[in-house]
Amino acid sequence: MIQTQNLGKRHGPTVAVDDVSVAIAAGLTAIIGPNGAGKSTLLTLIGRLARMDAGAAVVGGLDVATTKTRTLAQRLAVLRQDNHLAIRLTVADLVGFGRFPHGGSGRSADDLEHIERALDLLELAELRDRYLDELSGGQRQRAFVAMAVAQDTDYLLLDEPLNNLDPRHAVALMKLLAELAQTRGLTIVVVMHDINTAAQFADTIIAMKDGRIHCHGTVDDVVTVPNLATLYETPVRVERLGARRVVLWD
Amino acid sequence: MSVFIGVAELDALVLFASRIPRTVALILVGVSMAVTGLLMQVLTRNRFVEPSTTGASDAATLALLFVLLLQPGMPIWAKAIVTTIGAAIGVAGFLGLARRIPVRSSVLVPVVGLMYAGVIAAVTTFLAYRVDLLQELNSWAIGDLSSILRGRYEMLYLAAAAALIAWIAADRFTIAGLGSDTARGLGLNSRATFLLGVAIVALVTGITTVTTGVIPFLGLIVPNIASRLVGDNMRRTVPLVAMIGAAMVLACDIIGRLVRFPYEIPLGVVMGIVGSVVFLAILLRSPSTRAVTRG
Repeated sequence: MIQTQNLGKRHGPTVAVDDVSVAIAAGLTAIIGPNGAGKSTLLTLIGRLARMDAGAAVVGGLDVATTKTRTLAQRLAVLRQDNHLAIRLTVADLVGFGRFPHGGSGRSADDLEHIERALDLLELAELRDRYLDELSGGQRQRAFVAMAVAQDTDYLLLDEPLNNLDPRHAVALMKLLAELAQTRGLTIVVVMHDINTAAQFADTIIAMKDGRIHCHGTVDDVVTVPNLATLYETPVRVERLGARRVVLWD
Repeated sequence: MSVFIGVAELDALVLFASRIPRTVALILVGVSMAVTGLLMQVLTRNRFVEPSTTGASDAATLALLFVLLLQPGMPIWAKAIVTTIGAAIGVAGFLGLARRIPVRSSVLVPVVGLMYAGVIAAVTTFLAYRVDLLQELNSWAIGDLSSILRGRYEMLYLAAAAALIAWIAADRFTIAGLGSDTARGLGLNSRATFLLGVAIVALVTGITTVTTGVIPFLGLIVPNIASRLVGDNMRRTVPLVAMIGAAMVLACDIIGRLVRFPYEIPLGVVMGIVGSVVFLAILLRSPSTRAVTRG
């Protein structure tokens, strides 16, 4: 369980996250909302990549402000949007560093097992010895997700992991995340823009606007015409296609 | 080869008092300076820095000037302590500056380093000029191994030990090189890692300043060559960097002793010429120029 209480963060004069209190249960949760709504900032606050100005965030019983960063890293993996690397590493190197929080050198039998599994899950086995700077943006993106998977945590926070991915790999990644959430009981939080994909795979959706929670609930609760129209201030239709909800912008 | 070049008769005294110390010193300084360059590059996430272009060597030289001014009779180990402290302040100051520069503007980092080093060097030159120590200071600062004798190089073992520590802590340094967000996500104590890095760079720079002097370009080009071959995962790179560093210094030393035989050209001068050419070649080849524009 991830819980935030009156969480706040300012960037200069603008309030990025404004008094957010939210409880996120196990499963796949998508955070949606217009640009500048504070989605990424909320994620970085929970993932202790930025210091909060107000309130508290608790992940699996650990207060992120006071828990040692190494202890947190064993329970929580977080992936930023910008995965720019200044140094040359192979895919296998990068994924191996996911074992660092567990004291792993990346070479023990246990470590290797996690690394292999992560490489397989992200379809990277063939690229394992390639350097990241020689790969496409989407392949690099998958390598970073694989590192987070190798970290083997109960909590996984991903900021726009679908960036750079073609439909095939985007769908594969969302299926993988949904499956990890279901079979292993992980709590996965994903910031994303594509509401249709969120509606298709997520268990829960949090919609943010102006640094606050606009609405929070199951897909059926959140993906409705009044919610989305006020969220994005754009006319919208929500159609049913079989069991799925499909959002069409007018 | 380095042991035998330039002597007519090789007797036991020359061999053990001068020749072997010189060769050992060359290897130790090559290893430690190349590894320190790699460490600086990984910690600043920039391919184009090394201690001598980022103020560390200049701060150590400034510290040495104070020693020559106030306590010229100080034993060499005590001089090394003072220069190490000087280098530590210099490199910490640079890392403080570099952190304020966004990673993407990677050309700025070496430029800021050069300007920062230039300011310190200017202060040193001015002071040395006023107290008439310019020449003596230059003789310390230029990388020259002809004065290496038994009893005057053993501290370099300590510098090489510092390089060994960089290898032992290689994973931490590489993770620090992934950037602060990724490093924190993986639970790395960035502050402690940076402090360890500063200590290693300072120790190597301080010791080499009082023993062999600055050997330019070594820390800059060797890590770039190694990076092309095996990437930047320091656990894999450090041994290769150490080997290339030692080999390059030995080769330049031999060149310096053959060109004007029986006289010698200081190692620092040979390395400056060879190094600048190699560095230009590295800059002009595509992957690293791409690295400049992309960060």
